[in-house]
Amino acid sequence: MAETEERLRRTMMFVPGNNPAMVKDAGIYGADSIMFDLEDAVSMAEKDTARALVYEALKSQDYGNAELVVRINGDDTPYYHNDIKAMVKAGIDVIRLPKTETAEMIKTLEADVLAAEKEFGREEGSTHLMAAIESAKGVLNAPAIAAASDRMIGIALSAEDYTTDMKTHRYPDGAELEFARNMVLHAARAAGIAAFDTVFTNMDDTEGFYRETRYIHQLGFDGKSLVNPRQIAMVNEVYQPTAKEIANAKNVINAIEEARIKGSGVISMNGQMVDRPVVLRAQRVMRLAKASHLVDEEGNTIEK
Amino acid sequence: MEIKQTALAGTLESSDIQIMLSKGTDGITIDLESDVEKQFGDQIRKVITDTLAEFDIDNVKVKAVDKGALDCVIKARTIAVAQRALQTQNQPAWEAF
Repeated sequence: MAETEERLRRTMMFVPGNNPAMVKDAGIYGADSIMFDLEDAVSMAEKDTARALVYEALKSQDYGNAELVVRINGDDTPYYHNDIKAMVKAGIDVIRLPKTETAEMIKTLEADVLAAEKEFGREEGSTHLMAAIESAKGVLNAPAIAAASDRMIGIALSAEDYTTDMKTHRYPDGAELEFARNMVLHAARAAGIAAFDTVFTNMDDTEGFYRETRYIHQLGFDGKSLVNPRQIAMVNEVYQPTAKEIANAKNVINAIEEARIKGSGVISMNGQMVDRPVVLRAQRVMRLAKASHLVDEEGNTIEK
Repeated sequence: MEIKQTALAGTLESSDIQIMLSKGTDGITIDLESDVEKQFGDQIRKVITDTLAEFDIDNVKVKAVDKGALDCVIKARTIAVAQRALQTQNQPAWEAF
């Protein structure tokens, strides 16, 4: 697993790989991750043009601090190998494999990516991987898939294909996704990587989007895949810590710093023991607070 | 080098450029249609010509309709149309990327 501790991944925005207007503007919305799609958003006849477009955009456009991800075509298509080569050569951060069903598929992808890194003189191991889980088989194999490679940074649930495979469809309450969400989330946590929830496609149902985002935030997902930039601010709002959480996190971090200076290992704050999980949670709250522009780089509260 | 077939890549949507290649008789000739021809016509022609050179294509008729494409889009569309015209889109010329 790679650099999973520090990066926030609240929002992963889908960008159709063959749309120049959307590809060039993808960086302006403030998504934590941008996912250029070469797969389902691109018709069979345009696979070659989309690949070239995403490649040239990656080589020339400034996407700021966003993590750059590309969804390649699956290994059962004739586009798979060329997609990998082009994206590795372009220096993409993360390759996302669709319809992942077994750990073997990730191991094969890892070998293909390594070969491309060698061919194009990229640093070996610099291309990270993630898997999209889109079937019953994928959900049941999620723990092995998540742990299949040191390059893995996350796994994502993709509900449209999954619900079709399960002979159901999506309902407003999401009961049909309960098992898959928990499997994917536990697989990610056990492997120490990120978990991404599925897209919410009904742009008219704002209340439904908030309800679903609050729910997956409560479960513990790192964030959500998005199809519309409008949803970015909505997800960030749900993930934004409260003033009380920030104050508490600051106290924990100050207390642990004090203990470090004094040379004592375990500390107590307001009569409660502060141990490693509490500190990790506090650090995550402060990262979220910084990303939400509620505190500055030093952790001072920014008055609104 | 000559192309093997007439080919087209890109769309007429905003920020895109549509490029068609057909067999040439007199080196590279570029027929460019663009709202920003006056400001960027030379630059657009240069990106197309430089990219065609990567494929050793030196005898071709180019018809380009620009809708405000950035250089990276012009290059990407030229790569795509060149590969289609040479029938090599399944074995991309990585050095041209």
